Amino acid sequence: MTALRHLLRAAPTLLGIGLAEVVAYRAEFFIWILTTNLPLVNLVLWRAVAADGPVGRFGQPEFTAYFLGALVVRLITGSWVIWQLNFDIRNGTLAARLLRPMHPLLAYAAQHLAAIPMRILVVSPIVAILFATGGEAAHLSDPSTLAAFLLSLAGGWLLVFLAMVLIGTLAIWVESALSLYEMWFAIHVVLSGYLFPIELLPAAVRPVAQVLPFWFTLGLPVEILVGLHDRASLWQDIARQWLWVAAFWTAAALLWRAGQRRLVAYGG
Amino acid sequence: MAADSRSRRYARLLGVQVRISLTSAMQYRAEFLLGSLIALSMLAVTVMPMVVVFGRRAMLAGWSAPEALVVVGLFALLKAILDGAVSPSLIAVVEHVRNGTLDFLLLKPADAQFLVSTARFEPWRVVDLLGSLGLLVFAFARLGRWPSPGQLATGAALLAVAVLVLYSLWVLVICVSFWSVKVDNLSYLFNSIFDFARWPISVFPVPVRLLFTFVFPLFLMTTSPAMALLGRLGPATAAGALGGGLAFAALARFAWTRALGHYTSASS
Repeated sequence: MTALRHLLRAAPTLLGIGLAEVVAYRAEFFIWILTTNLPLVNLVLWRAVAADGPVGRFGQPEFTAYFLGALVVRLITGSWVIWQLNFDIRNGTLAARLLRPMHPLLAYAAQHLAAIPMRILVVSPIVAILFATGGEAAHLSDPSTLAAFLLSLAGGWLLVFLAMVLIGTLAIWVESALSLYEMWFAIHVVLSGYLFPIELLPAAVRPVAQVLPFWFTLGLPVEILVGLHDRASLWQDIARQWLWVAAFWTAAALLWRAGQRRLVAYGG
Repeated sequence: MAADSRSRRYARLLGVQVRISLTSAMQYRAEFLLGSLIALSMLAVTVMPMVVVFGRRAMLAGWSAPEALVVVGLFALLKAILDGAVSPSLIAVVEHVRNGTLDFLLLKPADAQFLVSTARFEPWRVVDLLGSLGLLVFAFARLGRWPSPGQLATGAALLAVAVLVLYSLWVLVICVSFWSVKVDNLSYLFNSIFDFARWPISVFPVPVRLLFTFVFPLFLMTTSPAMALLGRLGPATAAGALGGGLAFAALARFAWTRALGHYTSASS
């Protein structure tokens, strides 16, 4: 219980520090925003594909709305903890973090959450453009859909963060955790709906994509946001998303504990 | 006579640098294996967007499926060279500048740009290279015709220019690091812009096409060698591409010497 009390007392300060960091390193922050340009490439590409007719149920306006939505969700749910973990583990600075009364992973999480207000600021004009160019906004005024969207966004953020924690913790054993993350990201790009809506996957691959965690990190929130999600199975999908969150959380906790034992055994 | 012995000396130096990288990489054989496996799966992921697009359409902006596959194959080839030979060395320069150890490189009796560019190689990217060559062979097999010797020669020359332009772009980014030490983000930005090169340039609208021909010469990198191999490139465009690439390399060399001139070492 004292750990929780520590956390609650430290939270405002940590969030304040995180926010100050983002403001101080504004240039870096904006460059990170600019690196998320893949949805815009895909927007142009798929509009070219749909020039002479819709692809499935996606015509040019649907693709525009979808990829602007993907940009929004990606910017809000993005994490960078894998690089922090990799650096701290390889350079031994994790030992300093472990000495603090707060769990290192919670400290990383606080830093990430602190950056979200700035990201929402950056994302707002994109959302405005999305709904101005004809994306459906009506469905979001329904409180249950809005709640579902916010829940799916939170779930997506957690899945991305926890996946990075899982792969980053492997840096305690493996030299090239970053290469593993590269591979994870490459698969994620294909199966999550980032590169194209997963409806467009070949029929053999589609059921696999709907079960794996990748779609729940991005595709689900995007489809709810732009009104392309089938309302009937909405809460089932949210439940499945949070089931994956629970699975990742447990795995991360177990892996971290195993990692601590190894760190201690080798003298930090 | 002097020039001949100089180039032999630099060739021997290159051999030494490559051997050092190779032996230090082979120390971690498991990493080598893991890297090779990752390379193969990444190749599948690189091709997936193409599979989805051409599952729905026969032509994309005037390019058929095998023709677009040639562009993707060249993209994978360039990415292998970029990630294996260009980026690792040049990223090391940023560390040198930050730690002040660039002075040790500058004291050595060989050209600084050469030493800096050949410092580190990632040998397991050879798997990437072989995979992309396999992709190219597959594409031409599907096309049903092979490039003539003249087309092959032009394509190879343009590919060499593409590598030169890629390297020059990196050198320009590194020159920035002499002034503003934090360029790690710029490398990610660079990679994310390079990702546009997997598609033939005619997919993009005209203003974007102009951007990618004259500002970020992505057209030079994948579309023009592909067009040469497919016999779609006129001699004027080929000459322009070659000349432009060489001019760009000269610009990068000039920028490097100027940046080095402004470099004040770590110990004042």
